[in-house]
Amino acid sequence: MTANDPLLTYCLRLGDDALILGHRLSEWTSRAPFLEEDIALTNVALDFIGRARLFYQYAAELQGGDATEDTFAYTRDVRDFTNLLICELPRGDFAFTIARQFLYDSYALLFMQQLKASQDARLAAIGAKAEKESRYHVRRGREWMLRLGGGTEESHARLQQAMDDLWGYTDEIFEVDAVAAALIAEGVAVDPAGLREEWHATVSSVLAEATLRQPSPGWAVDGGRRGIHTDDLGFLLAELQFMQRAYPGLQW
Amino acid sequence: MSDHLKLYEVFVRSRRGLDHKHVGSLHADDPEQALEYARDVYTRRGEGVSLWVVAAGDITASQESDCDSFYDPLDDKPYRHAAMYDLPEGIDSL
Repeated sequence: MTANDPLLTYCLRLGDDALILGHRLSEWTSRAPFLEEDIALTNVALDFIGRARLFYQYAAELQGGDATEDTFAYTRDVRDFTNLLICELPRGDFAFTIARQFLYDSYALLFMQQLKASQDARLAAIGAKAEKESRYHVRRGREWMLRLGGGTEESHARLQQAMDDLWGYTDEIFEVDAVAAALIAEGVAVDPAGLREEWHATVSSVLAEATLRQPSPGWAVDGGRRGIHTDDLGFLLAELQFMQRAYPGLQW
Repeated sequence: MSDHLKLYEVFVRSRRGLDHKHVGSLHADDPEQALEYARDVYTRRGEGVSLWVVAAGDITASQESDCDSFYDPLDDKPYRHAAMYDLPEGIDSL
């Protein structure tokens, strides 16, 4: 399934980010450190899955024919997914999940604030809804960063390790390829490169407040937007798509 | 983790103009986190427009053993109820 329509490609990218990250968060359900946090994490997971649905529903209309939101979620293979790599990394320990959410949500908030002003009315409406959710996610994430960073020796070390492991995946967030560039020129898409400075300022200030060292750049990977993924995405999809693969068209 | 957590009582106001009502309790590390968990645990289905969280330890409560001295003496003072008054003519209720 290849998309020739740039707007469709763009919707799928944003939908894939949300679905894959939402799925990773949902893996915490019943496994979080304590009950209240379990409910909170599941809530955030649902925010992302809801966001994925909005992008996929729009994508289905753009594609036409028999396509539905489920077509995109359940019947595409690894190479068809175009989410950012940072979204698909295994959930790791709790510190890793918090670190990833904080890095991603800080970007998502800035991104949705601008998507809200998109020339495309549907994208603008999704941006307006998602911005409110992201504002809450960032607030939660920041507090956990401070709590773990300033907590015990172990929580500090785990969070620092998570930041070091994740840092090289943040470059990709701000990349602009030809598809995005054309839509940015039309005022439809958000230019992520323009968000980088503000994102960096937010992240740096929270890292400092959490007494964490800012990882030194030195390596960076990309490929998600081109369908080049880590091994982990295939395993994620195997679980996510199992029912529709085993029983195509299943309804329940 | 739960060893470090404090108990908070949660109050939700369902609409403007109504009172906050006690809806339950939860564990959290500090008041800010308690407020966020209260949002996630008790207002997921649009139950409220305002939340209070109060550290359970900050509530001073009457005890079961206080009942005798607190409430029983009120039983024999019916004149404290407006029911004792004769209604003026033309007035149906007070």
